[in-house]
Amino acid sequence: MASKLTTSNRAGWAFALPGFGLILLFIVIPFFFAFYLSLTNQRLVSPNPTEYVGFSNYEKLLSISVLTIEPEVDTAGVVLRDDAGEAQYPRVRSFTRNNPDFPQYDGMREWFRWHWGGTAKVVVATDVVFWKSLRNTLMFVLVVAPVQAALALGLALLVNQKLRGINIYRAIYFMPVVVSIVVVSLLFRFIYDGNDGLLNNILSFLTFGLFEGRDWLGSPDTALGAIKAMSIWQAVGFHMVIWLSGLQTISPTLYEASSIEGASKWQTFRYVTWPGLRNTAVLVIIVITMQAFALFAQIDVMTNGGPLDSTTTLVFQAVERGYGKQDISGAAAISVVLFLIVLSISMLQRYITRAR
Amino acid sequence: MKLGTTLGAALVASVSWASMAAAQTELSLWYHGAGNEAESTALQLIIDDFNASQSDYTVVVESFPQESYNDSVVAAALAGNLPDILDVDGPVMPNWAWAGYLQPLDINEGVIENFLDGPKGYWGGELYSIGFWDAAIAMMSRQSTLDALGLRTPTIDSPWTGDEFMAALDAAKASGDYDFALDLGMPWTGEWYPYAFSPFLQSFGGDIVDRSSYATAEGALNGDAAMAFGNWWQSLFADGYAPGTSQDPADRDTGFIDGKYAFSWNGNWAALGALEAHDDVLFLPAPDFGNGSYIGAASWQFGVAATSENAEGASAFIEFALQDNYLANFSNVTGLIPATSTAAAMTDNYAEGGALEVFFGLSEAQALVRPVTPGYVVFAKVFEKALADIANGADVADTLDAAADEINADIEANSGYGH
Repeated sequence: MASKLTTSNRAGWAFALPGFGLILLFIVIPFFFAFYLSLTNQRLVSPNPTEYVGFSNYEKLLSISVLTIEPEVDTAGVVLRDDAGEAQYPRVRSFTRNNPDFPQYDGMREWFRWHWGGTAKVVVATDVVFWKSLRNTLMFVLVVAPVQAALALGLALLVNQKLRGINIYRAIYFMPVVVSIVVVSLLFRFIYDGNDGLLNNILSFLTFGLFEGRDWLGSPDTALGAIKAMSIWQAVGFHMVIWLSGLQTISPTLYEASSIEGASKWQTFRYVTWPGLRNTAVLVIIVITMQAFALFAQIDVMTNGGPLDSTTTLVFQAVERGYGKQDISGAAAISVVLFLIVLSISMLQRYITRAR
Repeated sequence: MKLGTTLGAALVASVSWASMAAAQTELSLWYHGAGNEAESTALQLIIDDFNASQSDYTVVVESFPQESYNDSVVAAALAGNLPDILDVDGPVMPNWAWAGYLQPLDINEGVIENFLDGPKGYWGGELYSIGFWDAAIAMMSRQSTLDALGLRTPTIDSPWTGDEFMAALDAAKASGDYDFALDLGMPWTGEWYPYAFSPFLQSFGGDIVDRSSYATAEGALNGDAAMAFGNWWQSLFADGYAPGTSQDPADRDTGFIDGKYAFSWNGNWAALGALEAHDDVLFLPAPDFGNGSYIGAASWQFGVAATSENAEGASAFIEFALQDNYLANFSNVTGLIPATSTAAAMTDNYAEGGALEVFFGLSEAQALVRPVTPGYVVFAKVFEKALADIANGADVADTLDAAADEINADIEANSGYGH
C-alpha cells in the first residue's frame, strides 16, 4: 500500500498537491509559528527586538490557585457579621496586592469563591479573563454540540420523507447557513434588543403583556445563552444536510426487511437508521465541536465579550490581545492552548466512537 | 508530463500582470473616512487643486471605514505596503512614530505657527503629524431645560462643581420629564471611552497613566482619586442617571433632540444637528470634580509614512492642504473646529458670533491631550473595558487594580515604550 502510494501514483499526488500545500501553508506552518511566537515576547507593533522568554506567557495565562480567607473577627474573637448575618471577609486585594506575606498570590484576581467550614475559598488567577473565556467556550461547546447535532438529525429525519415539495423545506432549513454569520449576528442584535426588539415583542404578545422586556445581550445571565441559541439556529441546516446524506446511504432493503419483521418506528430508528449513521455521527459531532470552539464572529459583532466578560471566548481573546492590545505572543499562547484542547477532545471523541 | 505543462502555464498566467507607465509620480493617500460623502468631497477638492497646481505628483486617495482603518494600516506596515501619506488619529500617532511607520514632517514651521495645540502631533520633540481640525466635547443641554429645573448656567470661568452637576442630574431625574437625566454615549465603543470619559477621571485628580514618567499606572488609575471617580461612574448607572452599555445607538443619535435626555455629553460634530432641531441648545463646559475641567483634544491628523520614497512630495501636499480656505471648507462640511483662528473667521459656524464659536473657547480652555505615549493604544483598550465593566456593576477597586496591573505589564513588556 505504502509503495503504491509513493511510487506509481504521481497524478494522484499532483492532484493532492494543492490541498496539501494549502493545509501546510495555512495550518501546519502557522501552528508551529504560533508555538514559536508564544515562547517569545513578540509584539504586533514594536521597534524592540523580539526576545526568547521561555514559558512565561503560559505561566501568566495559566497561573491559578486557591486562597483561603478567614472571616474578620473583632478583638474578642467573634466573627463580624453584616446586617444580613453574613460573615465579613477581608478584601482579596489585601492579599494579592503588595502583601509581602503572600508573594505567591501577587497580582492575582478573584475568579469565584465558595464558603467551606467557616472560611472562604477564593479561586484566584493571574489572568481571570482567560479562565472566564475558557469556561464560556466550554459551556458553549457543551450545549451547542449535542443540541445542534440532535436538532439537525431531527430536521434531517423530517425532510427525508417522500413528500411533494420537500425540497422547499430543505432549502428553508438550509438558508441561514448561506447567509454570512456577520449579517445574521447583526440581525440578531436587533432581535435581542432590550428596548423594542422582536423577541421581546413576540414574548410580550404571546403572554398577553405579562412578559416584561429584558435586555438579552446586556445582561450577564442571558447574553451567552442568547448567542448559543442563535448559533444553533444558524448552523443547524448545514449539519442537517450532512445527516441527510447519511440517511440516504442507508439501503432501502434494510427498511423493507425491518417492516416485514414488524419493527416499530422506534425500533427501525434504533436498529437500522442509527447504526447506519455511525460514520456520519462521528463527522457531525467532531465538526460541530471544532466549529463551536472557534466561536468568534458572533461575539465580535454582538457583545465584544461583555457584559462583565460573560461572553468572551478563547478565539475572541486571541484576536483582542493580538491585534487590539498588540500582544502577539500572548495571543499565540492562547491559540496553542486552544489547539491542544481541541486536539485532545477530538482524539477522545474519535476513541469513544471508534469502530469496534 | 502534460499535467506539469498545464500547471506551469497556469502559474505563469496568474503571476503576470500588465505594467503601466506613469508620467507623474503617484502619491498614495489613505484616509479613514470611507462612507462620509461630505468629508470625501472636501478632501478630493484639496487633492484636485494640488494635482492641478504642479506637474510632479498626482495624489490618489483610498478611503477606509474608520472601524477598520487602524488595523489596515498596521497590517500594511507589517507587509511593507504603506502608502505615502496616511491619516492617523492623534493619540495613536506616538505608537506609529515609535514603531517606525511614520517619518517626521518636513514642512515649514511658519505654516503651523498659528495652529491650535490639539492638531499638532509631536513625539520625541519632532512634528510627525498635523491636523486640519480639532474636535471638542461639551455638555449639551437647553436653556429651557436649565430654566425649568432652576439651574445656574455654568461658564468656562465658573463651571459646575461636581456637586452642582449631580444636583442638576437629580433635578432632571426628579422632574420625571426625561427617560434619563444624562446621555453619555455608551454604545460608542472604542476610542470614544478614553476620549470622552478619561477627562472626568483627570478632573477627579487621577489619570490613565502617571504622565510624569509614563512608567506606571499604579496610583494614577487605582489611587484614591481614581477610586472616587470609579464610584461616581458606577453610581451614574446604578442610580439610574444614565443609560448603560446597552443603550440603543439610535437613542444616542437622536435621544437628546427628541427630549429623552436632559443632558448629553457629545462632540461638536453633533452640535449642528441639535441646533437645527432646537434653537436654545447650550454647549456647557465640563464639570469640575475638584481638579479642574477637562475635555479631550487631538483628532485625525496627516503624516508621511517612513517607507515613502516621495517624502518631499508628500510633505508638499500636506503643506499645500494647510491653507486657511481648505481648513475652513473642511470645517463647514464637517462641523469640526478649524485649526487656525484665521480659518475660523472664514467659516460659517466658528466666525465671530457663529453658532459653534463656543467650542473654540472650550477647546482653548479645557482641552487636554490623551497620554502622549506609544502605549496609549493599549491603555485605551484597558481603560475602555474597565469603564464598561464598572458601568455593568463590577467591583470598582478590583477593576481599577486589574486595569492598572494590565497597563503596567504592558509597559514592562515593551521596555518602557522608549520614554
